Amino acid sequence: MSILINKNTRVICQGITGKVGQFHTKGCKEYGTQMVGGVTPGKAGETVEGVPVFDTVAEAVRQTGADATMIFVPPAFTADAILEAIDAGIPTVIAITEGVPVLDMVRVYDLLKRSNSRLIGPNCPGVITPEECKIGIMPGYIHKKGPVGVMSRSGTLTYEAVWQLTSLGLGQSTCVGLGGDPIVGTSFIDLLKLYEADPATEAIMMMGEIGGTAEEEAAAYVKQHVTKPVAAFIAGRAAPPGKRMGHAGAIISGGKGTAKEKVAALEAAGIEVAESPADMGTALQRAIARKRRA
Amino acid sequence: MKIHEFQAKEILRKAGVAVPRSIVARSADEAAAAFKELGGSLAVVKAQIHAGGRGKGTIKEHPQQHGVQLVKSADEAKKVAGNLLGGHLVTIQTGAAGQKVNQVLVEEGCDIGRELYLGIVVDRAAAGPVLMVSSEGGMNIEEVAEKTPELIFKEAFGPDLGLMPFQARKLANLLGLKGASIRSAEKFMQALCRVFVKSDCSLAEINPLVVTKAGDLIALDAKMTFDDNAMFRHKDLEELRDLSEEEPAEVRAGKAGLSYVKLDGNIGCLVNGAGLAMSTMDLIKLHGGEPANFLDVGGGANVDQVTEAFRILLDDKNTKAVLVNIFGGIMRCTTIASAVLEAYEKVGFNVPLVVRLEGTEVEQARKMLAESKLNIISATGLTDAAKKVVASISA
Repeated sequence: MSILINKNTRVICQGITGKVGQFHTKGCKEYGTQMVGGVTPGKAGETVEGVPVFDTVAEAVRQTGADATMIFVPPAFTADAILEAIDAGIPTVIAITEGVPVLDMVRVYDLLKRSNSRLIGPNCPGVITPEECKIGIMPGYIHKKGPVGVMSRSGTLTYEAVWQLTSLGLGQSTCVGLGGDPIVGTSFIDLLKLYEADPATEAIMMMGEIGGTAEEEAAAYVKQHVTKPVAAFIAGRAAPPGKRMGHAGAIISGGKGTAKEKVAALEAAGIEVAESPADMGTALQRAIARKRRA
Repeated sequence: MKIHEFQAKEILRKAGVAVPRSIVARSADEAAAAFKELGGSLAVVKAQIHAGGRGKGTIKEHPQQHGVQLVKSADEAKKVAGNLLGGHLVTIQTGAAGQKVNQVLVEEGCDIGRELYLGIVVDRAAAGPVLMVSSEGGMNIEEVAEKTPELIFKEAFGPDLGLMPFQARKLANLLGLKGASIRSAEKFMQALCRVFVKSDCSLAEINPLVVTKAGDLIALDAKMTFDDNAMFRHKDLEELRDLSEEEPAEVRAGKAGLSYVKLDGNIGCLVNGAGLAMSTMDLIKLHGGEPANFLDVGGGANVDQVTEAFRILLDDKNTKAVLVNIFGGIMRCTTIASAVLEAYEKVGFNVPLVVRLEGTEVEQARKMLAESKLNIISATGLTDAAKKVVASISA
């Protein structure tokens, strides 16, 4: 078992004829993902990386039975692409694109909440269930099948954590990049619910960062509802207020969203917090050991 | 992207949001002429810089001169503008060097009855824009939010429906507005919310929002910030950008497709990915060092970008050592290694360089660096990298 995606997931790529879309369609296919098609308006009938291209998502779903999509269209068209996927009834929509205007996401979010689809991203590395299905841009080989659910607001920091876990012999159930924007489709809490319910997930590793209150909310949820061991790391302890650190979401404003507040909230919820980014893997080991003793 | 007060007020005026009459002046004589043209018995001369705290701030070259001053004659307007223009205004937000004043706004006086606060932000929790008002105008709103949150009233609105009239009336009522002021508040708030959405703002702030003695609402100050991600559909707004207000190295980095933020420390960092870049800063600090910057080269950095990144780091006189931390995913470590080697030779390194690589093709990449005979300190893990770079400057 796993969450969101597995070996039976049938995936299309929106923006498959673009350079990036094509490159990552190939990468996902090589990893073993069932890539079944792609969408680029006006390019129906073409074949990219051995899979058929369709003009619309609805048509692609009809022809291939796709139940997940990976979006690589440019930022100006991302809201439209997400809404097209939702309209076609795709349950798992994963938007990789970086730089989507925030008011576009406000509109998308409103419709998303009234649909049955789940959106991961935008501005995220994607989702991977190791040795079964990879939808996104992460390097597949650093992952290993196992019991740890990994979730994060950033890309390369997730790779770092996964690499530490794999090196310690701790494989992963499913790893999810939530995205670095202020408004994203899925929250830590949404995933905590899924990981808690997933029999294959025995422990949870989360990487947060400064800005917003997502980590504090997750901490409160863990305290109330999560029985599995949880470890966390918060990026941005050294970041000064008022400076945006790359991600649109990573900014300390009005004295809110500091790393200190987040760490305090996580620790108060019994979560093992790694002080150094070098200790994310070992923090999870400590979280597991602590749970066993308790 | 930030803009000046005079630019924000121009946008507001066109959008039907009430603002006082005002004229921009770029010389003392223009300021005197502006006073005459406004025709009143008093006016306010306001230094135009992006940073806040202008009223309390003072001009470095004329320590008696504040950034905002009431004047009662054309001669006085001329004198004040003369002090402000070309001077450096130091406020709580500018740092000790201050920000150069290139233009002033000469604005008609206004008959202030009450001072309120109004702001709009895109709120994560509400997943949409939220209008906030408070009776505590003119104050530092962050302080109000912390000490007396019950004095801040909020209404969320959708980008397409906008703020409904009843929402404006609700807020007006909470602010204690009566009679004709309620209608004025409806018009003011709805127009402001509309222009917020139309211009893809990330922030709009009117502080103070004045209720005149006649009961009308008018924006005495205006701050607008736009969503950088939406600038592709606002070419007209892009023209309002004032590069002299931005950190030169950050502008330069932006042109090269790098995300860079200058900090006060002495260890330069070059990292791929924002989260890892932040973590690298944390790591340096944890091991007793101080990061000189945040720098994210992104997912697909090439030789030109890495070279430019190195140049930016080394042009910062505070940089005493550089740490490269790359987790190669899609970007191979070998690509980064050759970029580092090429850039190293091009740029001419004069400080220690510590390189930590992990990920795709890492073995070959490490070998390339080891065989290069260049003075590159190789590190194997995050902790090792941090210790080595901190040691390199204390040695």
